[in-house]
Amino acid sequence: MAQAKLFGSSIKRREDPRMITGRGVYTDDVKLPGQAHAVFVRSPHAHARVKRVDLAAARRVPGVITAFSGKDLADGGVNPLPCGWLLPDLKIPEYRAIATSTAHFVGHAVAVVIGDSAYAAKDGADQVVVDYELLPSVTDGEKAVKPGAPQLHANVPGNVAFRWSIGDKDQTDAAIKGAARVVRQRLVNQRLIPNAMEPRASMASYNAATGELTAWITSQNPHVHRLLMAAFVLGMPEHKMRVIAPDVGGGFGSKIFVYPEEVAVSWASKTLGRPVKWTAERRESFLTDAHGRDHVTEAEMAVDKDGKIVALRVHTNANLGAYLSTFAPLIPTFLYGTMLSGVYRIPNIYCEVVGSLTNTTPVDAYRGAGRPEATYLLERMVDLAAKAMGVDVAEFRRRNFIAASSFPYQTPVAFQYDSGNYGPALDKALQHLDYKKLRAEQETARQAGRYLGIGFATYIEACGPAPSQVAGALGAQAGLWESAHVRVHPTGKITVFTGSHSHGQGHETTFAQLAADELQVPFEDVEIVHGDTAQVPFGMGTYGSRSTAVGGAAIHLSIEKIKEKAKKIAAHLLEASEADIDYAEGKFAVKGSPARHKAWGEITLMAYLAHNLPKGLEPGLEATSFWDPSNFVFPFGTQIAVVEVNPDTGKATLLRYVAVDDVGRVINPMIVDGMVHGGIAQGAAQALWEYAAYDDGGQLVTGSLMDYAIPKADDLPSYETDRTVTPSPVNPMGVKGAGETGTIASTAAVANAVIDALSPFGISHIDLPLTPARIWAAVQAAKKK
Amino acid sequence: MKIQVKVNGTAHTSEVEPRLLLVHYLREVLNLTGTHVGCDTSQCGACTIMVNGQSAKACTMLAVQADGAEILTIEGLAKDGKLHPIQEGFWEKHGLQCGFCTPGMIMTAYQFLQRHPKPTEGEIRHALEGNLCRCTGYHNIVRAIQYAAEKMAH
Repeated sequence: MAQAKLFGSSIKRREDPRMITGRGVYTDDVKLPGQAHAVFVRSPHAHARVKRVDLAAARRVPGVITAFSGKDLADGGVNPLPCGWLLPDLKIPEYRAIATSTAHFVGHAVAVVIGDSAYAAKDGADQVVVDYELLPSVTDGEKAVKPGAPQLHANVPGNVAFRWSIGDKDQTDAAIKGAARVVRQRLVNQRLIPNAMEPRASMASYNAATGELTAWITSQNPHVHRLLMAAFVLGMPEHKMRVIAPDVGGGFGSKIFVYPEEVAVSWASKTLGRPVKWTAERRESFLTDAHGRDHVTEAEMAVDKDGKIVALRVHTNANLGAYLSTFAPLIPTFLYGTMLSGVYRIPNIYCEVVGSLTNTTPVDAYRGAGRPEATYLLERMVDLAAKAMGVDVAEFRRRNFIAASSFPYQTPVAFQYDSGNYGPALDKALQHLDYKKLRAEQETARQAGRYLGIGFATYIEACGPAPSQVAGALGAQAGLWESAHVRVHPTGKITVFTGSHSHGQGHETTFAQLAADELQVPFEDVEIVHGDTAQVPFGMGTYGSRSTAVGGAAIHLSIEKIKEKAKKIAAHLLEASEADIDYAEGKFAVKGSPARHKAWGEITLMAYLAHNLPKGLEPGLEATSFWDPSNFVFPFGTQIAVVEVNPDTGKATLLRYVAVDDVGRVINPMIVDGMVHGGIAQGAAQALWEYAAYDDGGQLVTGSLMDYAIPKADDLPSYETDRTVTPSPVNPMGVKGAGETGTIASTAAVANAVIDALSPFGISHIDLPLTPARIWAAVQAAKKK
Repeated sequence: MKIQVKVNGTAHTSEVEPRLLLVHYLREVLNLTGTHVGCDTSQCGACTIMVNGQSAKACTMLAVQADGAEILTIEGLAKDGKLHPIQEGFWEKHGLQCGFCTPGMIMTAYQFLQRHPKPTEGEIRHALEGNLCRCTGYHNIVRAIQYAAEKMAH
């Protein structure tokens, strides 16, 4: 049974055969006999009183079964959607799955039509008559909190959901006052729309005979969905609800949250006694998937005469949309303000955040969630400070790095970094790039009228959320541990049930590598099960790059328990003491007499035959563990973008992208590289193309794939990736998270590269996205100066 | 309306509404759910199939327009349990993560490699402009198609 070590091997994914042959099963692929289809009627207005919803004509349409208004759901016992992260003095507006009195954003559901087919339901939706009384609206977060702005909710005065701060204000103010140099910049981190390729969907099936509701949901965290939906929204016993998240086509955060549609179809299925399915059209994804980012920030960075950063002061308006989505208050606070030290020793930091409500789609976690916003801010400010001091941007960064000898390092903004060594990642990235040579080329190109730019992001990420006690103290309504159940079958085959959920991350492969390695059994003998509340112990799900660091650690713990019990059985059968048993290469052998041994399969069989077990030992061989980490893990790295900007057209072209990341020990390098690639593309897209634009009337003008610029293959280069390895001390495997590093770093790196390219024009900043129109306008304005 | 189509070698005769999209016909009537719907504006390419030897987005065609057509979907690409070299390439080179765009990517590559058996990286990237992927940043999709081109040349 001897085998090569699986930990660290780029094993091909076992998910792939079904997906490359069209046999994956996504939520919309699930079909049940008698299933009905839901189509939602949505407000075309950003802010309007819903005076009357007339469903009579819709109900008469052939193929329509019935239709429901918001009042029907409320009368039927459907409670408002909960907010799962409470800040002190947080104002929470009542978020109904279907609006009962007021529509607060374009796309807000006002009715749902149920038909025999989606086509019939759509015909019915066309016949729903809604009387709206238009109200003044506001879509801009800064305008929303000004006196005289239209008010969204009576219980949220001034549209301020919260005011939050972190750091020492007085010390920071004093440090800025006394500093040699202060750079100031207003920064817009624009709103983005996640656009996972699979639109959200859900299918609910209520069995009146058993009182059980089964819901297939495009979910990153099926147990969280079940808990919030059963206990808070639908008011049904949690054990009577089963949530299945089958193959899920990408999440990027947007499939964490409890949404109106899955609530409505669950209730409709129970009410009608037949399965009800809803699948978003892409235009609905644009209007109703939780958006990301949307910060406007005033930042000041103070530097001493030696080019050392002494203080950072930040004021941010975070536009949260019309309601508080499930984890909305967390993102611009504890995942943002806490990240503002980055990889730098900054003795004084103060950050205040105003969470504003506007007549827009709710905003919540989107890949990186708070950390890209912090990184963009910090890396832009570092570039401005380096420039002001006349220091090379790479050298300025190195000068301010937290020293490798300083870990664990306590930042002034709550986090204690577990480990880190930032210099080597920067060195490696500079080597890949041949930095000096490239700077010389840049100079030569400039002489020839070509504008190359080199942009850096030396970033840190906090992932693997998180220690439950810390999370609780910070306002989480849940601890953020993870579960794993490992079941060893009599024949020695293994099923691992994980509370994590894979929607592209490849857990079925990575976790099998981990388990097979630790149990020293063939890879093929391990099956990974996830995404079904009826099979898996309560799990927190996948987000914040936590699956391997937290979910993987839970698997490790269960395996330790299995090995311990197996060893007891082996010792008994071999008539040796437990301490004298070694487990290696799939064999339990007596130390010093390797001939006396029992194979893995003999032990697992005996665990179930059970007629010769140590006295008092229970039959069976399975173990459940809940791993609650002691801290976040902190991946870091250096990413560098090289761009060329054509000042005549304004077009920025990404020529090269170098990423040297430190995600600790890596189980499957191929999978990690793949996630880094995708993250880079998403972050670069924020820098150059993507932007959720609302007009003054609250219409989402970038509401389709024709208008919202997701990058295509020929917009992007191949990426050059490498790693340094600094194991995390927080979990037994030394792993960190790898799902978001690219997104966190690349927006800043690409933006810095474009600004660097334009520096001969005296341009020091342009707000994102750096579209040809914006670059061209900035160049024109600079030329006029 | 009555239509007759041959899908992955099997003949089907169906009564369909004139407005039924081809992609919904494949998914809902024939139960071939490997062809995905990712958008409503023909941008994402998740529904790409072959119709009479030409790649087409199944969300942009009505089922009735496919009357008499021969259709190849992702389910029909592997022969006798053996993966097509493009499918193999996607597996070997990690050309997929969530897998949702994958059937469309593979079907687009299928026609592209028929027309360009020895493509450059630039040609591959250009050929994928009608297919969106949110997971891979396209890097490994390009590698997968390069792998397939190499394999198909031998």
